[in-house]
Amino acid sequence: MAAIGAIIHRALSKRTLPLATTSISRSISALVIVEHEGGAIKPQSVSAVAAAKSLSDDDNTIAMLLAGSGPSLHLAASRAATCHPSVSQVLVADSDKFSYSLAEPWAKLVHLVHQRGGYSHVIAASSSFGKNVLPRAAALLDVSPITDIVEISGSSQFVRPIYAGNALCTVRYTGANPCMLTIRATSFPVPPVSSDSKLNEAPISQVDLSTFDEDITGKSRYVGHTSQDTERPDLGNARIVVTGGRGLKSAENFKMLEKLAEKLGAAVGATRAAVDAGFVPNDLQVGQTGKIVAPELYMAFGVSGAIQHLAGMRDSKVIVAVNKDADAPIFQVADYGLVGDLFVVIPELSEKLPGKK
Amino acid sequence: MKIMVPIKRVIDYAVKIRVKPDKTGVETSNVKMSMNPFCEIALEEALRIKESGLATEVVAVSMGPTQCVDTLRTGLAMGAERGIYVEAKGDLFPLSVAKILKKLIEIEKPGLLILGKQAIDDDCNQTGQMVAGLLGWPQGTFASKVLLDKEKQVATVEREVDGGLETLCLDLPAVITTDLRLNQPRYATLPNIMKAKSKVIKKFTLLDLNVEIKPDLEIVEVREPPKRKAGVIVSSVDELIDKLRNEAHVI
Repeated sequence: MAAIGAIIHRALSKRTLPLATTSISRSISALVIVEHEGGAIKPQSVSAVAAAKSLSDDDNTIAMLLAGSGPSLHLAASRAATCHPSVSQVLVADSDKFSYSLAEPWAKLVHLVHQRGGYSHVIAASSSFGKNVLPRAAALLDVSPITDIVEISGSSQFVRPIYAGNALCTVRYTGANPCMLTIRATSFPVPPVSSDSKLNEAPISQVDLSTFDEDITGKSRYVGHTSQDTERPDLGNARIVVTGGRGLKSAENFKMLEKLAEKLGAAVGATRAAVDAGFVPNDLQVGQTGKIVAPELYMAFGVSGAIQHLAGMRDSKVIVAVNKDADAPIFQVADYGLVGDLFVVIPELSEKLPGKK
Repeated sequence: MKIMVPIKRVIDYAVKIRVKPDKTGVETSNVKMSMNPFCEIALEEALRIKESGLATEVVAVSMGPTQCVDTLRTGLAMGAERGIYVEAKGDLFPLSVAKILKKLIEIEKPGLLILGKQAIDDDCNQTGQMVAGLLGWPQGTFASKVLLDKEKQVATVEREVDGGLETLCLDLPAVITTDLRLNQPRYATLPNIMKAKSKVIKKFTLLDLNVEIKPDLEIVEVREPPKRKAGVIVSSVDELIDKLRNEAHVI
């Protein structure tokens, strides 16, 4: 009996195993968690859709999940429906519970939506929102999330930086569905959508919240928010970034850098040293513990090039460094270096550079 | 109220890491190890809360190979009352760590769990959120300011978010993860290092805690990032502008 049992078992496992693997590789259904503000979708969420698309060569089903309340939510949903040709569905959770992006209701929502949709992947951008919500949702689903992916090589194999970007780690996800990922937005650029591409508009449907469990979600409350209002482009998505380090010596001198940034249509960044010295607020910090940027042009003034800073900008396309210390480590990663006094160089650049296009 | 602080032993932040030639990981033998900087900040915050009379005890927790006990001793020398060490071999991914922490919290019943926002080795930024999810506790991640109200049993947490700061109010018990600017951790003084030697570190095994580790992640390869090709040093602003315009085509 035992022998027969073993044979049957072997036969079964032989048959079921390949079937199971093909079914995983065949059907990718991804749920993208979307951030929106003032009726617009954040660009990093569209990057998350681009990442979802690159999970396999076949036609992936990609659903976008938006939550919030009021007319701006519905405006954002209609924009989501046309933001990327691969989006097949837009899910909208409309409730006061989602007026602010609190992790507790959001994680519950992701859990609920996954239980109904049975997604193979759940993806968010590695923003402060994505990093706050996704691991909590993963714990509710009892799966290991993968943070800050820079490369997708198949539906379950991913590359992510570790040790402040000083090493790249390839990981394979072997667990149950869903595979939960946060992606580094700058690694998944979105091709510009031409205005006449109104070909497909994904259907928008409401998430049924009647079974939404309220116990957990009342334990945290939103109190307030202070934001740094700037008219310049957002640091995370700017095409050009100019950064100042301790070499700028004072908050006053950062104005000089701002003037240059204005001329270039660039965002202003700072090193941890400049933030700690109180020159600029900390949301300008570029580095492992601040923002990670990958603009087309990165200009570093008075930046030595500490490991923690390099981790935040090493993927920039062209790096320019201006520093009076010719031995500063920043010159090792710079495409163009200029050894000189930044108090002379910055005004000269501001004067000679062409205005913003 | 008791505060629990998990701390991680990692390669010291100032060490330039080396990838092993066989690409299985990063060289950790004969490399200086320290307490993860964000964990130091978490421990410092817990100690400050205790010193202001809002907590009675700070318990430090660490898990992994035996050397983690040294890291715990550092935590005790900073001022934690006692330590808990969980022996675990092999890779511990955040989900497993969160499950172990959940068990310890069920035993110790702290009113607050403070962790670093991320470990500087795996750069995951997950454990705090995951343990909060498993416990059903509210979470205040990336905290730059923490205020406790003992009467109302709430914590007001200021968080560093993209584009500014956000303030949340959390019912206790809660999980808080610390950002860099929350505080400046203290140094352990020599007398305190001596005192720490007699403080109690309780040891658990995964079997004691009845936690099953089933890794759903596999590390395939660790490699060095691609090197940037060597750049050029220009001699003047004019030359720089010329290169950016005509060679790199970025302006």
